[in-house]
Amino acid sequence: MGKTVQKSNRMKGNGEDFEKMVRSSQFNELMAAKKKFLVPSIIIFLGLYLLFPILISYTNALDKIAIGDISWAWVYALLLFVMTWVMATIYMKKSAVFDRMAEKVWKDEELERREAK
Amino acid sequence: MNLTVVVLFLLIVAMTLAITYYAAKRTNTANEFYTAGGGLTGWQNGLAISGDYLSAASFLGIAGAIALSGFDGFLFSIGYLVAYLVVLFIVAEPLRNLGKYTLADMINSRFDAKKVRATAALNTITIVIFYMIAQLVGAGALIKLLFGIDYWLAVLIVGVMMTVYVLFGGMTATSWVQIIKAVLLMLGTIIISFLVLSRFHFNIFEMFSTMKTATPLGEAYLNPGVKYKVPLDTLSLMIALVFGTAGLPHILMRFFTVRDAKTARSSVIWATWIVGIFYVMTIFLGFGAAAFVGADVIQASNAAGNMAAPLLAKVLGGDILMSFVSAVAFATILAVVAGLVLSGASAFAHDIYGQIIKKGKASEKEQMLAAKYASLGVSVFSILLALFAQNLNVAFLVSLAFCVAASANLPVIIFTIYWKRFNTAGAMTGMISGLVSALILVAISPSVISPVEGAALFTGNPIFPLTNPALLSVPIGFIGSIIGTLVSSKQDAKRYAEVKVKANTGYREPLS
Repeated sequence: MGKTVQKSNRMKGNGEDFEKMVRSSQFNELMAAKKKFLVPSIIIFLGLYLLFPILISYTNALDKIAIGDISWAWVYALLLFVMTWVMATIYMKKSAVFDRMAEKVWKDEELERREAK
Repeated sequence: MNLTVVVLFLLIVAMTLAITYYAAKRTNTANEFYTAGGGLTGWQNGLAISGDYLSAASFLGIAGAIALSGFDGFLFSIGYLVAYLVVLFIVAEPLRNLGKYTLADMINSRFDAKKVRATAALNTITIVIFYMIAQLVGAGALIKLLFGIDYWLAVLIVGVMMTVYVLFGGMTATSWVQIIKAVLLMLGTIIISFLVLSRFHFNIFEMFSTMKTATPLGEAYLNPGVKYKVPLDTLSLMIALVFGTAGLPHILMRFFTVRDAKTARSSVIWATWIVGIFYVMTIFLGFGAAAFVGADVIQASNAAGNMAAPLLAKVLGGDILMSFVSAVAFATILAVVAGLVLSGASAFAHDIYGQIIKKGKASEKEQMLAAKYASLGVSVFSILLALFAQNLNVAFLVSLAFCVAASANLPVIIFTIYWKRFNTAGAMTGMISGLVSALILVAISPSVISPVEGAALFTGNPIFPLTNPALLSVPIGFIGSIIGTLVSSKQDAKRYAEVKVKANTGYREPLS
């Protein structure tokens, strides 16, 4: 029973002022950094992905041979695989920075709360 | 049925039961039951996600589709993989930061409304049931082919196994069954791919040149358009695949088994590599089957092409390899259905019973009992449905499940995390419009009503022309959420501040 109580306390938080945190410059820097990476990335990968069925269904552009007997459709398809791996790897690298920024947001909040006490 | 296959089959059963035995000892609380205690590492969860995701439809279905329709069969592989970028960029980390056991937990971190939780649970249950029927009916038919046992017995074997894993071993047993399955599946696929490539002297160009003339389709085999001739249908299918994955409850649930968002992220990266490498190899499986088994032989065994991979294994490595591949297919099915039972049970036991009926005040013992009853209930119900659905063409149910996930779950997940103005009314209209539009559009589509007798549930002319409704139902889910939000004037900036901070930075225990 004690465990349940503890958990519900945790869910309610420990008196952090989230509205203040949202306005903090640290947090806004984090959000801006995330946005700067995520928005273009999402547009690029969804764009390239959705362009593919459009190209193969409405045009014959990808039916042409790229190399040997392999057509551009196969090359494009495999590039979508490569794109997925590359973007996932880049995100992994970038998110190390995001993690540090997020850590800073909480450290500042902690500090401020202690000072307030 | 030869001796090798029986031995391998029993080996898998014995191994998974041993896992369940050990897992049962560590499954004493609801937290352990639903999340394996939240202690999985990145690579473990990455393998488990792959094991949860790569169903028999992926393994046997795509191999068969590529064998029979060439390039068009490979479209599924592309969609299933790129979908992981949506999971990675948009869903995985906020979900881990905001949720506890279920998707509804995550959405309710912003709205303390019972109706929101109930609707989210309903969506989960709908998706799980569609997915499950497709898996079990497919499993019954496959095991019948692979091992030569009756359909009802095959469904019962799979059904009893999945029930035992989940009922006694909860998430711990389910995770390890999925991990072992992922390893076996990769091993089997690598062996077959290696043997196929060796026949082409490890020369990709030779492989493509051979395939140009190896099938009855001729050059068309290597080009798009053999299977999907309606452009909008192709686009619609691709939309369902890429957005559906990030809304599938049994996949989302896996992110609660790790300790934090960072581990959730690394598990998606692991899954992206494993799943991606697997899907590249589906080319070799499909091409190999088309070249060395032949379309006529594959279709004689199963019209949809599901026997392509096992038959290819037989040609390449004789009875032993075929037995191994059959055993892998069996393990594949078990891992997926166990994950489904668990996520269905969590919606009933945690969301509906624990949070709505008991208002979150159920004792540990009550929670565990509810989880077990719910697991048993979901299993029995699915087995019964699967037994009655034997002769129905239910293959479309998998893409329907993806479509419901994409239309009803994903818009609300995205808006919950990222849209300040979003409110309870918007969450309700979004989830309901996504679900209802997907269901209605499928019910009047060629998947359900076909002019060809026996091709679908009903004979007649379909009212909606596309087999997959995602092209319409996904935008409807988003627009439904937006309209509902704007119509209601409610807005809770304070609550959103909390959700936004937690979703993006995680939640830390206080230092003091």
